[in-house]
Amino acid sequence: MILTLVLVCLAVAVFLAGRRKAVSLTGGRTSVLHSRPVYHGFYVALACGLPAMSLWFLVLLAGDWMIDRTVVAALPGELREASGPVLQRFLNDAETLAGGGVPTIGITPELEAAAASFSHLTLLKHWIGFGAALGLGLIAAGLAMRRIDISRRTRQPVERVLLVVLLALAAISVLTTAGIVFSVLFEAIRFFDEVPFLDFLFGVKWSPQIALREDQVGSSGAFGAVPLFTGTLLITLIAMLVAGPVGLLSAVYLTEYADPRLRATAKPILEILAGIPTVVYGFFAALVVAPALREAGAGIGLDVASESALAAGLVMGMMIIPFVSSLTDDALAAVPADLRDASLGLGATQQETVTRVIIPAALPGIVAGFLLAVSRAIGETMIVVMAAGLAANLTANPLEAVTTVTVQIVTLLVGDQEFDSAKTLAAFALGLTLFLVTLGLNIVALRMVQKYQEQYD
Amino acid sequence: MVEAAATRDAPRVKMRTRGLKLWYGDKQALAGIDLDVAEHQVTALIGPSGCGKTTFLKCLNRMTDTINDVTTEGSVTLDDVDIRDRSVDVVQLRARVGMVFQKPNPFPKTVYDNIAYGPRIHGLAANRRELDDIVESSLRRAGLWEEVQGRLGDLATGMSGGQQQRLCIARSIAVAPEVILMDEPCSALDPISTARIEELIDDLRTKYTIVIVTHNLQQAARVSQMTAFFHLGRLIEVNGTAELFQSPAESMTEDYITGRFG
Amino acid sequence: MTDTARPMTSVHLSDSSRGRLRRRYARERNFKIVSVSALVLTAVFLVILLGSVVLNGWSGFLTTKLRLEVTYSAEHVDVDNPANGNFRMIVLDGLRERFPDVTERRALRALLGIVSNQGAWDVRDALLDNPSLAGTSRELWLPAATEVDMLNKGYVDRSAPEELRLIDDRTIAWVDALEQDGDLATVFNWTFLASGDSREPELAGVGGAVLGSFWILLVTFVVSFPTGVGAAVFLEEFAPKRRWVDIIEVNINNLAAVPSIVFGLLGLAVFLNVMHLPRSAPVVGGLTLALMTLPTIIITTRAALKGIPPSIRDAALAVGASEVQVVSHFLLPLAMPRILTGAIIGMARALGESAPLLMVGMVAFVVDLPSGPTDPATALPVQVFLWADSPERGFVEKTSAAIMVLLVFLIAMNGLAVYLRQRFEIRW
Repeated sequence: MILTLVLVCLAVAVFLAGRRKAVSLTGGRTSVLHSRPVYHGFYVALACGLPAMSLWFLVLLAGDWMIDRTVVAALPGELREASGPVLQRFLNDAETLAGGGVPTIGITPELEAAAASFSHLTLLKHWIGFGAALGLGLIAAGLAMRRIDISRRTRQPVERVLLVVLLALAAISVLTTAGIVFSVLFEAIRFFDEVPFLDFLFGVKWSPQIALREDQVGSSGAFGAVPLFTGTLLITLIAMLVAGPVGLLSAVYLTEYADPRLRATAKPILEILAGIPTVVYGFFAALVVAPALREAGAGIGLDVASESALAAGLVMGMMIIPFVSSLTDDALAAVPADLRDASLGLGATQQETVTRVIIPAALPGIVAGFLLAVSRAIGETMIVVMAAGLAANLTANPLEAVTTVTVQIVTLLVGDQEFDSAKTLAAFALGLTLFLVTLGLNIVALRMVQKYQEQYD
Repeated sequence: MVEAAATRDAPRVKMRTRGLKLWYGDKQALAGIDLDVAEHQVTALIGPSGCGKTTFLKCLNRMTDTINDVTTEGSVTLDDVDIRDRSVDVVQLRARVGMVFQKPNPFPKTVYDNIAYGPRIHGLAANRRELDDIVESSLRRAGLWEEVQGRLGDLATGMSGGQQQRLCIARSIAVAPEVILMDEPCSALDPISTARIEELIDDLRTKYTIVIVTHNLQQAARVSQMTAFFHLGRLIEVNGTAELFQSPAESMTEDYITGRFG
Repeated sequence: MTDTARPMTSVHLSDSSRGRLRRRYARERNFKIVSVSALVLTAVFLVILLGSVVLNGWSGFLTTKLRLEVTYSAEHVDVDNPANGNFRMIVLDGLRERFPDVTERRALRALLGIVSNQGAWDVRDALLDNPSLAGTSRELWLPAATEVDMLNKGYVDRSAPEELRLIDDRTIAWVDALEQDGDLATVFNWTFLASGDSREPELAGVGGAVLGSFWILLVTFVVSFPTGVGAAVFLEEFAPKRRWVDIIEVNINNLAAVPSIVFGLLGLAVFLNVMHLPRSAPVVGGLTLALMTLPTIIITTRAALKGIPPSIRDAALAVGASEVQVVSHFLLPLAMPRILTGAIIGMARALGESAPLLMVGMVAFVVDLPSGPTDPATALPVQVFLWADSPERGFVEKTSAAIMVLLVFLIAMNGLAVYLRQRFEIRW
């Protein structure tokens, strides 16, 4: 860490030197330079820093591997031939010991020897690697310094390096997507090795706990995801039944009826609602809504589960209202004022104008907003984790408890799990399903929004 | 011809404004307009940009209500009833005084549904047959029937600009208005479409009273019987179109029509 | 063509038309009522939500203390080694003196139960601060146990049958006696703000979670802000308009709408299982949230750059600035207020996010305050989640109070964003 900082300081020093030299070359009249002095500074700093840093990081990455090899080679025979995990554990312990920590197994002479050679080699790695990097950096800096000249074009190479860096940053977003796809897909494929794909997709019995017992690993009957899908859909449906009309109508009121002052106060209220963390909604659902529904149900003789789909759905609907409302607002506001005038000019009332002209004209935008809201509801986690149950019931009754895809992902992965069990892998299969479904909804919705915007441009 | 002669001799006043003033916030846009609009005539409103002619037009069917922060004063009558009176309903008023806008603004619906929109909301047709009839006769009167006869189910937004504007005229005719207000209906159109719409305006005069705002002095001369010249929110001069263009009473009018300003 | 047959009055003035008009206006009114009620309903939701949090949570910022005279008797405290005394016994002796009629062993244990476990530590700290206390008596305010705290705050229904109550009649009598003598006080709960998690509600605090959230957000910001701004500058200003740029763009827009839990899965698979970063550490949570925040920052930065009129660009290019110079000297400084506003809003979202943090193991029970991004920690919203799951009545108010702390931070961040937008935004 400190050595890395030293290299950074070197680059900064070289930058200052390069800039000084460029300025001094001109005797103060920097305008005769082809490139600004700053660029000369960056030029030498890059020339020095890039190779030095690359070498240093290479040493850091490859060094550990080489150290491991050296330590293993020095080990007594029986340990060297031990199985992979045992050897790995031994090496980890040696490293911990070398770093001053407490190893998981008892301290043996072998371990102490290995630890000693670890600290020795690490020190060696640092100094050799650092020396080489420093030397390389100095040589490169010297060469670059000599090339500084009044007519030297240092701006172009510096800018080119900058562009490459920016391109790399832009690529990170793509790498993230690729990362999601590959990490989730990879584990999901391993899951489907154990549980047939069709059993997962169409099976109606979900009970991963059974599969934990050793005699029943990967028991195929227990990983049918249909109850999860129906549970997710049921809660999403309830949420949309709340958020759809309420969000749509409040947006209509705000865009078509409200005077600017009301609009100015109502919009922040909606933004507050949108900014409240979902964990708060979850707590609200579990603490206030679910008991209230249960009591209300008991009052009229209905048996409402304490973790009913209705409570989770209602609260999720509340959470989505501002989302629907703001997207609908955008869609309505994009309808040209011309159409409103045309309708009013024909003697239509405001309500006729809204329901017969403006909403139909904004429909693609509104539908896209609803799709995004559905995608959001499907992927929402905290509310359902806190307010919906774990019981994988295959039911359409909103008063019963259901479970959802996200709830199961959380339940399967939270806590210390063995990473290879079918149970944890199942979470990735669910995650893949979730990712694909929401991605599909988003793509369709974004397309619709784009088409819709083009229509009125 | 008898009818036409009678109209020319004693033109009945369809709409009349007296002392009409209007402010956008603190900014006065109309400074007391007195103007009579004669029945079955085309009245053209001319004047440089920002002179208040479009604002005045919007007062005639209270489209000004839809703009925030507008205050008006004075009287506007339709058949001697003040349209700013409480007893007059704005929805009813706009059904009687229709409007065609500067930019063609068909609804993103089919040709048929565009025309049928007004009759449907006002309940002018008892059944589908009557509605079909209204659509057909409105399109015929707008001179569009031959062109769209087989394409009533197509989206109106796919038509050419000139067709769209005639569709908008047909759409306002379908509501059976008495007065049609036109706000520079040809400014967004090519010369051929403009010529067709001018012909159409002349035809429509027999059945409706028309007030048209135009930038184009030749157009005013071609289509109107009366012309009113506006400048800076004031009505400078109003007269028969021929008289106004040949011998303007005010020097400002003369300067404008001879192209010295505006 | 003559037109004399035309009726003098318009169809719009007929009686049937008037009747129809009345019906149309009724519809208009109803529609308006329905849509305004939707808005009112939304406001009511908000009021109920925030109201229930505040009603449940305000008392979480208070705690009950009781006054007790304790004697640092030689029997329990060694003068030469004061840190090693038996302070529990000292507290018990104090209580025994206060309630002399309690003698039976089980009753004594119950009596000791009205003081929090922290009480003995407070007694010890008082002695360590002032070693001359040894052998003397001293009145101290000690934290009450959560049951007493609940009773004092009125959360215990005294009329309920004893066996259904959290606290028995005997204890209620003791507490009432203390209260009558003015030995019971409700004071501000500094412990709640300053300390980490605890199994005892009266000792649990959000301090650790706040610090954890701070480290997480620091990592998130340091990673996502430069990356996001750099990526956006590239896409908006330098990228050739080619197909793959479109692909990146579509990809970013879709990434912004991917459920947060999927980012958690990514963090679990990449940062924990491949890179072997420490579980429960803010650095992993921060990296995971950085990936989630990145699309938001890219999108707002691009919007901010787009909002700068092309004339500025042209003017800068015309005086001979290179494209890089145009961006770094003109466009970025001009766009910075909007970029920062967007980044702060993105950070606020990251602050409220809990699902991805559950995935990377930030649900551990952490008592110590984290002092760096690699220490085990939890985050504020996750703390809310953990407490919401706790069965003790005392945690209900703590959960709501923690929500209030979280909301205060969120409001502050959003307020800052609004301030930045209004203060520095240039309108073209």
